[in-house]
Amino acid sequence: MLEVQNLKVRVEDREILKGINLTVAKGEVHAIMGPNGSGKSTLARALSGHPGYDVTEGQVLYNGQDLLDMDPDERARAGVFMAFQYPVEIPGVNNAYFLKAALNAKRKHNGLDELDAMDFMKLVKEKLKVLHVDDSMLQRSVNEGFSGGEKKRNEIFHMAVLEPALAVLDETDSGLDIDALRVVADGVNAMRSPERSFIVVTHYQRLLNYIVPDFVHVLSEGRIVRSGGRELALELEEKGYAGQGAR
Amino acid sequence: MEAVAALRQGSGHAPAWVKERRELAAQRFAEVGFPTTKQEDWRFTNVAPIAETKFAAAQGAFAASASLVAAVNVPGALRLVILNGQFAAGLSDLSAMPRGIRVAGIRDGARDGAVGLEEHLAAVFNIDAHPFAALNTANLDDGVAVFVTDGAVIETPIHIVVVTGGDGTVVAAHPRVLVVAGANSQARVAQTFIGAAGDEYFNNAVAEVVVGEGAVVDYYTDQRESERAYHVANIQAHVGAKGVFASHVFSTGARIQRHDVGIALKGEGADCTMNGVYLADGDRLVDTHTSLDHAMPHCTSHELYKGILAGKAKAVFNGRIIVRIDAQKTDAKQTNRALLLSDDATINSNPQLEIFADDVKCTHGAAVGQLDDEAMFYLQARGLTRIEARDMLLHAFAGEVLEGLRIPALREQIETNFFTALSRDVELKA
Repeated sequence: MLEVQNLKVRVEDREILKGINLTVAKGEVHAIMGPNGSGKSTLARALSGHPGYDVTEGQVLYNGQDLLDMDPDERARAGVFMAFQYPVEIPGVNNAYFLKAALNAKRKHNGLDELDAMDFMKLVKEKLKVLHVDDSMLQRSVNEGFSGGEKKRNEIFHMAVLEPALAVLDETDSGLDIDALRVVADGVNAMRSPERSFIVVTHYQRLLNYIVPDFVHVLSEGRIVRSGGRELALELEEKGYAGQGAR
Repeated sequence: MEAVAALRQGSGHAPAWVKERRELAAQRFAEVGFPTTKQEDWRFTNVAPIAETKFAAAQGAFAASASLVAAVNVPGALRLVILNGQFAAGLSDLSAMPRGIRVAGIRDGARDGAVGLEEHLAAVFNIDAHPFAALNTANLDDGVAVFVTDGAVIETPIHIVVVTGGDGTVVAAHPRVLVVAGANSQARVAQTFIGAAGDEYFNNAVAEVVVGEGAVVDYYTDQRESERAYHVANIQAHVGAKGVFASHVFSTGARIQRHDVGIALKGEGADCTMNGVYLADGDRLVDTHTSLDHAMPHCTSHELYKGILAGKAKAVFNGRIIVRIDAQKTDAKQTNRALLLSDDATINSNPQLEIFADDVKCTHGAAVGQLDDEAMFYLQARGLTRIEARDMLLHAFAGEVLEGLRIPALREQIETNFFTALSRDVELKA
């Protein structure tokens, strides 16, 4: 599904990622952990095509396609989704209206008929129920005036509607209380399937109690310094990031 | 007097009071002439292309006039057409005429002594301050007048379509509108300015609006003139005690646009809204001068102008608010925002507050910016193309003003026009 090879990324003339190698197969959940400044979010943003992140070396193959050659919207339509660490508030853009446009852009790309307002609402209501998201969120402007928890839930809600093949969750757990965390995790778990892969970027192992990963990678100073199974996350919980190759 | 003589037109069979008002205005215009950029109010707007063009007096119908009128049809509305400055009964549709209003062509109304015309026409506002309004009055000949009876609530939208053009002849027209809303009446009036694409002409419009005590009047202006037109318009309103007046201006057309919108709150407890959204691209110039006169206590005003500028377009916004010494407890808010989509687009924004009362609340704010990069990225990261994302953000930006449009069919028409116009300029700043 995803193959990241020797990925080097600069942000404003500073090299943040110094050669990342990562292979994510269909249906797998990979957790990327690491201390602040290790480059976790940079990896997520580079994968989504944020213009502020300059790829200087390496390549990323997504289902055999050169992902880095695609614009952010092409990546999204091809099935890559990023749940933002800081979802952007967009006054005046109705959340449901936007989501419908996004879904139909993707459906059009896949050769499917666009959904009309009624079919869209039917789909959305089902997703809302699963995620325990309040209807009112639909009719508000995108993220405007949302609490931190609401923003993250809205991200998961978008993900549920857009049904990506690869979802990158960028610190979706940060700032969430335990109830909100559970809602987010339930949303992700409900979507786990042999066809769908996840990259879960997190600082804390807490989230991984709810979203159980197949693989855990520890990032330090722009490199993956350790990879392992779920037990690696538990070890980190106990011992912290010190001594994980973090200099 | 030469410029006036060259531009003057119209019939000689007007009543004495009309001739008098014309004469006064002609004298006034002869004294002041076309404004120059040396004058403060015209510093950024050079009207030399208008002053130097030899315009022919506008004649009647031209090839596209009927189809242009049809193109902006608002179903269910009372339609009054001003064709090249003249009331065109044949293109108008009075079948929806509700009870409680009277309408008249100004020329016929003046001849027939329509009640209220002499009292109000060219009497609402001070032409001295507006050279182009003086020029319009100097040419006072025809147009439409609408009188709403005291207490009448008019649900039927009143749509005034101003269509101008000369089939290749470069014409000037001076359309005139008068709306008088009686005490406690309610009405919604829309004015659409339209011409054939690519046509060059000069449209010099004046609208006078009298909002009686406790009356509620919405006034919408859709300026979609030809991209080569010169469009100068003046909307002046007087609002009586507890009256409510809302002006919304939507503009997408004309090579040079100059809008003066002036509202005088003449009675206690009056309320007004003065909103606008404009789109300028190419090398167009969009100049908006607003003036709010808080003359009495306990009045409120809300003003919001938004501009979207692309290409080498220029915009001017000057928002004047006068709070007179007696206007205690005034609450006035003015906001002007502009989005620049290109490096070459410019705006000059100038709030002008003159406050003589001491117990008032007046705020103003101006912001000029670009599209929010993070918002663009967020929308793109969900699958919208750059153009789709941009249009969605621009829609949201303009939406705040568009949503004030309370005639659904008209709103749809204006939104469609607005976003079609937007797609003219697909170039995006990288």
